[in-house]
Amino acid sequence: MKKYNNLTATLALAKASFRSIMRSPSAVVFTLAFPLIFILVFGFLGGGGTRIDVGVTPGADVNNPVMGMLEKTGMIRLVKDKSKAEFDKLLEKGNVDAMIDVHRKVNSTAYSVNVVYTSASRDKGGILKSVLNNIFYDKTLKPTVAEIKESTITGREYKTIDFILPGQLGFSLLSTGVFGTAFVFLSLRQTLVIKRFFATPVRRSSIVIGEGIARIGFALIGALFIILIGHFFFGFTLVHGALTVVNMLILATLGVIVFMGFGFIISGIAKNESMVPPISNIVTLPQFLLSGTFFSIEAFPSWLQPISRALPLTYLNDALRKVAFEGLGLWDVKFQIMILLLWGIGIYAVAVKVFKWE
Amino acid sequence: METKKAIISVKNLVKKYDDFVAVQGLSFEVYEHEIFGLLGPNGAGKTTTLEIIETLRDKTSGEIIVDGFSVDKQPQDIKQIIGVQLQAAGYYPNLNLIELIELFAGLYGANIKPMEMLEKVNLQEKAKAKYKALSGGQKQRFSIATTLINQPKIIFLDEPTTGLDPQARRNLWDLIIEIRNAGTTVVITTHYMDEAEQLCDRVAFVERGQIIALDTPDNLIDKLVSSGFERKKEVKKANLEDVFINLTGQEWRE
Repeated sequence: MKKYNNLTATLALAKASFRSIMRSPSAVVFTLAFPLIFILVFGFLGGGGTRIDVGVTPGADVNNPVMGMLEKTGMIRLVKDKSKAEFDKLLEKGNVDAMIDVHRKVNSTAYSVNVVYTSASRDKGGILKSVLNNIFYDKTLKPTVAEIKESTITGREYKTIDFILPGQLGFSLLSTGVFGTAFVFLSLRQTLVIKRFFATPVRRSSIVIGEGIARIGFALIGALFIILIGHFFFGFTLVHGALTVVNMLILATLGVIVFMGFGFIISGIAKNESMVPPISNIVTLPQFLLSGTFFSIEAFPSWLQPISRALPLTYLNDALRKVAFEGLGLWDVKFQIMILLLWGIGIYAVAVKVFKWE
Repeated sequence: METKKAIISVKNLVKKYDDFVAVQGLSFEVYEHEIFGLLGPNGAGKTTTLEIIETLRDKTSGEIIVDGFSVDKQPQDIKQIIGVQLQAAGYYPNLNLIELIELFAGLYGANIKPMEMLEKVNLQEKAKAKYKALSGGQKQRFSIATTLINQPKIIFLDEPTTGLDPQARRNLWDLIIEIRNAGTTVVITTHYMDEAEQLCDRVAFVERGQIIALDTPDNLIDKLVSSGFERKKEVKKANLEDVFINLTGQEWRE
């Protein structure tokens, strides 16, 4: 008798599953259409999403044109009337994104602007820097400003898309992993497709791995599509070009695998298909809202932030942003990867217990 | 039929669920190249018995050998030489028939041409259709096609004709006989006695998890008649189904 080949079976399943996903409207909508719509909306909305808190150094000259211009951008909120010690604390925690000090230069009508960024809020600092650059090239302001002194990091131009896209990508991976996996395994179980599979020599591991390959493949195609559209149409920053894309896709793969674990759990505990969306939403909605998909988690009240920092999507989003915008390598986001892996271990430990084959 | 070599042997099969005994001490043999029928009312244990032989369900006790392989020790070997049609199995969603056959070919590790498989069950024109879009008879024929992919020695058909119209039913009988004539052993369950009488070489009656009779349909009928049984109404040379077929034609409806 010919020896049975598990790889053939796994690949046949992956191929079938991939075909099926590509023809399933809900998968395409969740993975591609939703994130793209959000990207479009926020891409055209411009800076409406972010708000930067800038502390005004006590004793600074507040009646200067620089401050006025900053407030007029609508993105920057000036925080005044706090002591130096208070500001230092806020700055340290990133609750204030930067400090600004404006003084008239000695023996001159021109102003000296001194900006201090904080490493606790590099993203926002980057935005502030680009805002400052913009207004200093403003014709009315230029003659009056003699110099800008800046300390700490030099930021790149940080656009809304640079914040929104990784968040949307992360969320797309979450929904593909959770909803897709939960629906597929529940329906394969309920329509006895899996039972029919069991009448063939296929191994259970082949069924899971085959499904996984298809879903990861589909999610990566979706991710690549989102990244490329973001890059070419909305100027999404890819610091090291193709290498950054590859790093993002590696993170995406890790993310989908972890999130698929939620799907396995849901397919095990849901009694029928109508129970899948509510349970899936319990998993995805809090992460959608709290994991820095739309807003930086620093914008949340401090009591909410520990919850945000417990969710896996927070770390995927964080890692994706750092890789894409700051140009960090995978080793530099090892902390985020480690948290994701811990989540993965936890989720799959539960999934193995609650997953049902029939 | 002369050699009567047993390809399946079931000895003292018992299946208990928590507080319910579905199968209590079944023993029977299925011979090579025959069509063997398992008959009996719903809940008698037919499907349970089949699924245990098909290695889909664990048994409580008993011994089952399929073509020399033990269900306990060599379930993988058994799966490779049997084809299984389940009573209510579904197929992978969103795929057409050709793609489904390709999938099963991969699962069995069989090297076949999907179109040829569909031709065997006369579904070549539906190659690009989805399983969901098929009629009842077509679905059953497709299910049977999936059981033939690994060129099995035995196929199991669980109520293949339930819900079909008379034409589709007769059409399926022809297909099953063809498969048997090509050398495959067929084990079938059904609720239709005319079907069992037409198709099966031997039948076993299962009742409350036990076999209460096992013989050829002819012998069973003769035995009943010799015990003095008589039908209330004299049998005519044709029945209402013959009238139906005669009026609506032989050819098969989609």
